[in-house]
Amino acid sequence: MKANKPQLIIEGKRVDGRTPSDLRPIKMEVGVLRNADGSAIVEIGNTKVLAAVYGPREVVPRHEEQVDRAIIRCRYRMLSFSTMGERKSPAPSRREIELSKVIREALEPAIVSSQFPRTAIDIFVEVLNAEGGTRTAGITAASLALADAGIPMLDLVAAVAVGKVDGVIVLDLNEVEDMYGEADMPVAAMPSIGKITMIQLNGVLTPEEFKKALKLALDGINRIYNLQKEALKKKYVEIEE
Amino acid sequence: MSSTPETPIIPKIKMNAILNVLAKGNHIDKRPLLSYRQIDVVKNVSPNADSSVLVKLGYTQVLAGVKLEVGQPFPDNPEEGVLIVNAEYIPAASPTFEPGPPDENAIELARVIDRSIREPRAVALDKLALIPGRKVWVVWLDIYVLDHDGNLIDAAMIASILALANTKIPYYEVDQASGNVKIDRSKTAGLLPMNKLVATVTIYKIGDVLVVDPTAEEEALASASLAIAVSEDGNIVGMQKRGLGAFTEKELEQAIEISLNKGKELIETIRKFIT
Repeated sequence: MKANKPQLIIEGKRVDGRTPSDLRPIKMEVGVLRNADGSAIVEIGNTKVLAAVYGPREVVPRHEEQVDRAIIRCRYRMLSFSTMGERKSPAPSRREIELSKVIREALEPAIVSSQFPRTAIDIFVEVLNAEGGTRTAGITAASLALADAGIPMLDLVAAVAVGKVDGVIVLDLNEVEDMYGEADMPVAAMPSIGKITMIQLNGVLTPEEFKKALKLALDGINRIYNLQKEALKKKYVEIEE
Repeated sequence: MSSTPETPIIPKIKMNAILNVLAKGNHIDKRPLLSYRQIDVVKNVSPNADSSVLVKLGYTQVLAGVKLEVGQPFPDNPEEGVLIVNAEYIPAASPTFEPGPPDENAIELARVIDRSIREPRAVALDKLALIPGRKVWVVWLDIYVLDHDGNLIDAAMIASILALANTKIPYYEVDQASGNVKIDRSKTAGLLPMNKLVATVTIYKIGDVLVVDPTAEEEALASASLAIAVSEDGNIVGMQKRGLGAFTEKELEQAIEISLNKGKELIETIRKFIT
């Protein structure tokens, strides 16, 4: 057991006052960078993630290009001052290397990469402030940035984590719940076509708890998906008017 | 930066042949889709290690070894031992593996295995404190892929759990006052304490079918895979989706069911090789 674990559920409420099926407050903005072909910022609670997309563009180095599709490249990283507590070393950690791959593989199924052979689509996910759920906020933001860059996709990808804290299945873990909870399960999906593009589980769940958690995650993903569509409309409809 | 991997070139005729065989309910080596290849285990391959186990899953070979060292505990868990997992895909294992520091695939494999052992508390790390808060056993679990013929995570997990469960703790004497720990590797102080066994069952989606334990040829055709770790008490203790494709909700539920059944079988196999 971790030392000094606080009580995470008090009278049915979580440490930040939410019920088990509440998301943290969410803000999304599309087109926040001048130079990138697409960009977005997603805030969920105190977690804040910036995503930028460049491409389709020429592949450097050239030998990495593929003749039948665009290659997708992704880098996830946390700014050195984004974490709670100590400064994070700016050198890429094993966690960041894994998450770069996980985020890329969560987005790949959505991108119609066959339309742009011999090119690269680069996705940069920068965590500005980390308080739980940075990979899922990163996927949500990157998918908006891809749409903003005009890259054809089968659907937007929305993501959220579910988990188990003090025996209760809860939606959208914050930092404390992630650190001391019994399980953390981030999920990403393309809601309109019913495809799950990413799922990880770090922790222990019974098969029944897993089913319940997956339902809750997909419900949360739907809510985030609607916010994504609103955020995109806000940029593009406003410009047209 | 993580980049779309180069897709191996597979002749269409071969691809269709494999997909046809799978659609009829068999692997290309004639096993049913949901059965594993033969599992062979060789123990004590590297006698200088505190434990070493070579697992052969068909032609896939993975060597896992354990070394114990005395070290400091993590500050947030001062009374527990430390487990550190590393993995390397050695260039001898496949023409596509290159020398150099572990790439994203090796790092991912090590971290998936680490989490699936750590979260269910498979190793009783709380029994590995020597001087609580100051000195504990550090368990270095290193995984080397020696030959790649598909399904590396499942093979690596079998090797890892067997290596841990067969680890002999060297004889030691703790001087609580001075904080010195004397180790004598010629004698043992018993086996590394384990709470439970864990196995990973990776479900691959090839065409429209879900299969376990594909060969490398079959694996190259998989659009996505889902590694599911299950513990001997029937819980799901880890999960990782990999690959360029996606799963439907129904496929996920099927995958969970398959993994719970197959996991039980694998754990029984693992149990046979523990002394």
